[in-house]
Amino acid sequence: MQLTIKYFGMLAEATSTAEERLQTDICSVADLLKKLKNQYPKLHDKDFKVAINQELVNNNYMINNEVEVALLPPFAGG
Amino acid sequence: MEANNRYHRQIILPEIGTLGQEKLATSKVLVIGAGGLGCPALQYLVAAGIGTIGIVDFDIVETSNLHRQILYGDGSIGENKALAAKNRLEDLNPTIVINAYPEKLTTKNAISLFSEYDIIVDGSDNFSTRYLVNDACVITSKPLVYGAIFKYEGQVSVFNYQNGPTYRCLFPEPPKAGSVPSCSEIGVLGVLPGIIGSLQANEVLKIILELGDVLSGKLLMYDSLSTRFSTFSVNRVDPEISKVLAVQEDFETMDYQLLCGIKTVVEILPEHALTIKNALFIDVRETHEQPKIESLHPKYIPLNTLQKELNTFDNEQEIIVFCQSGVRSKKAVEIFIEHGFKHVSHIKGGAIALYEQQTLKEV
Repeated sequence: MQLTIKYFGMLAEATSTAEERLQTDICSVADLLKKLKNQYPKLHDKDFKVAINQELVNNNYMINNEVEVALLPPFAGG
Repeated sequence: MEANNRYHRQIILPEIGTLGQEKLATSKVLVIGAGGLGCPALQYLVAAGIGTIGIVDFDIVETSNLHRQILYGDGSIGENKALAAKNRLEDLNPTIVINAYPEKLTTKNAISLFSEYDIIVDGSDNFSTRYLVNDACVITSKPLVYGAIFKYEGQVSVFNYQNGPTYRCLFPEPPKAGSVPSCSEIGVLGVLPGIIGSLQANEVLKIILELGDVLSGKLLMYDSLSTRFSTFSVNRVDPEISKVLAVQEDFETMDYQLLCGIKTVVEILPEHALTIKNALFIDVRETHEQPKIESLHPKYIPLNTLQKELNTFDNEQEIIVFCQSGVRSKKAVEIFIEHGFKHVSHIKGGAIALYEQQTLKEV
């Protein structure tokens, strides 16, 4: 299945992309993150939350559909 | 009559009317930080006729603030932001009460301050204040109108509103220190905090006027370059809230700087350093750098080799580091602290300042 991955804030800088398509089998969010961190080592020291189809989920959430995955980091600036 | 005229354009909105205006007039809103987000938020809240506005900011106005902190002009440079903002805002709307708190928000003053207001607006610029504000809102049961920015993007949400999620339900723990840079480090275009701060002001007005759907349980992300808004739903995580409430008795003594991994680097004055007898002095400059400060009998360990030498020191020993001007020595102290050293400080102004002190003494 094909996922759309969206990177926000400093995560888009760490991956040098704001959005990409990714081919994957059914997997948990944790598995997906492992894969992404392998591909983009700079994601390792980043803190962020994951949303599937605009809804925040935990790392054990199973992705079994063609969904949109968003990686949301905290911002501090004001 | 004057009041009716001032607010006429919002009173004629059928959803607001004089009743809505009355709600605004009896509301009290506290804004944390009168910077990039605080300035636009304050401007609209004051103009709309919120009865009492509080402004907390210990910082002073600098020239580099002016491109985005639009309450200030050249005339306010050097003034405290809370006082300068109050001064400007009293002209914008002299009919309301504006309280300036020219102090740092701390665990000591947060609870009593928050208790005097109905809604808290977070316009701060660092994680330790953001977590402090969230926790104080949870303890005092106040809705928190949150806004934050990074480069060309912004976030807005309303936390702790009618049993909705809190900031910790979204981000339970602060990120590692230094992993998220601030505006002063990476820059910002002035309009972005203007937009985010205005969205925060709008949420405040919606809460007070009970208008529309308050942005609770949702995180709004705004990307100013693609002009795209996305919202993500956030759920309440009760254990995160219980954790804060469980330690509320100890709130006053909590260290939010430490929570966010901010290390306090102790700085000592050169004149004081020259009188210290039992400490180990370390000069972290490159070996060719002058002047040498022989009187302190320092060990010479350039900063880039310090890491390798750490195990040659006793972590209970008092260590005082210096470099040429105080920048590298601060980094050295951070390295020592990271490795569990307890009594490490550095000398303000470095060898240059030490040399001047010595020369003064000789004269």
